Amino acid sequence: MKQTATTMSAHRFGYTFSPIGMIALAVILFWAFVAAFAPHLVPYSPGKIVDTDFFGPISSKFWLGSDYLGRDMLSRIIMGARYTLGVSLAGVLIATTSGVVLGMAAAVIGGWFDTLLSRFMDAMLSIPSKLFGLVVVAAVGSSLPALILTLAFIYTPGSFRFARALAVNVNTMDFVAVARIRGESTLYLVCAEILPNIIRPVLADFGIRFVFIVLLLSGLSFLGLGVQPPLADWGALVHENIQSLSYASAAVIAPSLAIASLTISVNLLIDNLPRKIRDRSA
Amino acid sequence: MNSEIGRLILKRLGIAIITLVIVSFAVFFTTNMLPGDTATILLGQAATPEAVAGLREAMHLNDPAITRFFHWAFGFVTGDLGKSYANNMEISTLIGNRFLNTLELAAITTVIAVPFALTLGITSAVARGSLYDRIVTVLTIGVISVPEFVIASTAVLIFAVYLRWLPAISFVNEIHSVSDMLRMYAMPVVTLTFVVSAQIIRMTRAAVIETLDTPYVEMALLKGASRSRMVLRHALPNALGPIVNALALSLSYLIGGVIIIETIFNYPGIAKLMVDAVATRDLPLIQTCAVIFCAGYLILITIADIIAIISNPRLRK
Repeated sequence: MKQTATTMSAHRFGYTFSPIGMIALAVILFWAFVAAFAPHLVPYSPGKIVDTDFFGPISSKFWLGSDYLGRDMLSRIIMGARYTLGVSLAGVLIATTSGVVLGMAAAVIGGWFDTLLSRFMDAMLSIPSKLFGLVVVAAVGSSLPALILTLAFIYTPGSFRFARALAVNVNTMDFVAVARIRGESTLYLVCAEILPNIIRPVLADFGIRFVFIVLLLSGLSFLGLGVQPPLADWGALVHENIQSLSYASAAVIAPSLAIASLTISVNLLIDNLPRKIRDRSA
Repeated sequence: MNSEIGRLILKRLGIAIITLVIVSFAVFFTTNMLPGDTATILLGQAATPEAVAGLREAMHLNDPAITRFFHWAFGFVTGDLGKSYANNMEISTLIGNRFLNTLELAAITTVIAVPFALTLGITSAVARGSLYDRIVTVLTIGVISVPEFVIASTAVLIFAVYLRWLPAISFVNEIHSVSDMLRMYAMPVVTLTFVVSAQIIRMTRAAVIETLDTPYVEMALLKGASRSRMVLRHALPNALGPIVNALALSLSYLIGGVIIIETIFNYPGIAKLMVDAVATRDLPLIQTCAVIFCAGYLILITIADIIAIISNPRLRK
């Protein structure tokens, strides 16, 4: 049985996924689906007070109970998926793109451009991310665009360093030297010679960085400094309902579990990536 | 210790100092991006233009940003931290005790977490692939993958709600007895220990496994050395450098953790002070706390790097 599954997927993708990797992928796709179609999935309007009781228990009417105002928790978590996944995805896309572009540029151009950029990025890396987040949020506020840019800004240096290290290795290879002698432009070198050779580890790094961003966003929201009411991501949901922790209400446990299921799944997926992809991500 | 090592360490220290300058520069300018005029904010909407102008003059707000940065940095070095915007108290008074509280929390956590996590990390590496190793690995990945507040909530649920061993929140302000002290520190220390231990276990395990994979350990095995001799005499002495390096790096996770833990447990430390300052946009207080945290973080990663340099056998002559 296992043999057939292996040959089939090997046939299709050229590499195999382990069962744990498949489960992790399923959880991630589930949350992506929930985030994408959130408005059509919610049983109640997430902002509307529907329960007469606050911190209501789990019931057939309210599957995950109600929050501190009596709003339906399930609806709020479904909508929260939008903010947690959406903001994090936008942040990690900007961070990885700018980090990889700058990293490849630094590796190919070299010289003072490389030295200056690397020094600056290294200095940025030595600010603890949560602290960085606090300082920037204090300065620019926590509107959604500001949050996305803050998260992207904090995680660009790490992506830069990763991409640069990979690109420096590829840059010394013969085929790059040949292309250079052929008189190709820097843009061609970066797009046609370097990028295809570093793309797989960069994608794995994308996943790891996505987890970091989800954790930081949730942390900031938990401190009440991330996504602001009336909107709420999962971290903000925990923040809102934290008083109910002492009687173990679903209002605080459910969003915590949602975050954990997402981040653990992404980590497990990366750990169980097919060898072919992972082995290059040194 | 030879001159090569000395040179490398000096270079590393130099980089650390330059980094601290760049970082404090970044902190200063980011917090100065805040829209709105500080003097107007302080005096309120009803203030006369003369009063605002006077305060701007008194606070050197008319000077160029770079002058203000040096003024601030000089004040920082000489211990003059300025005054809080929110309540006009000296920042050094505000920070003093709270800084000690945070250091206490970090120190107690370190004393508990380090031996605990080192034991787990080393033993799981030696027993690689066993059920024990797999359980430890799954638990550490779990703890590392979730936000600190989830760990904290779980700890509260287990120890305070179900088992009722510990109180959930440290309300105690004055310590009169041992039980008061336990109440104050128990939950924050337990949670932080989990967070930091997971990092230490992961990094130590990786460091020991790397050493166990080296040719000289394989040689010892082929020579017929016993398992304990192989680990204790051949592998561990060489893994010591990487392990201590991993320790220092892991302890830097205390800084991120402490920000969340102090807030959730209402612990009167410097991180809670900073989070409150962000909420009230108390810039001078934010700047000072941020630089203190960055300095602490830099000290830890610099120590980690220096240990890596010293323990590199290729540099020993």
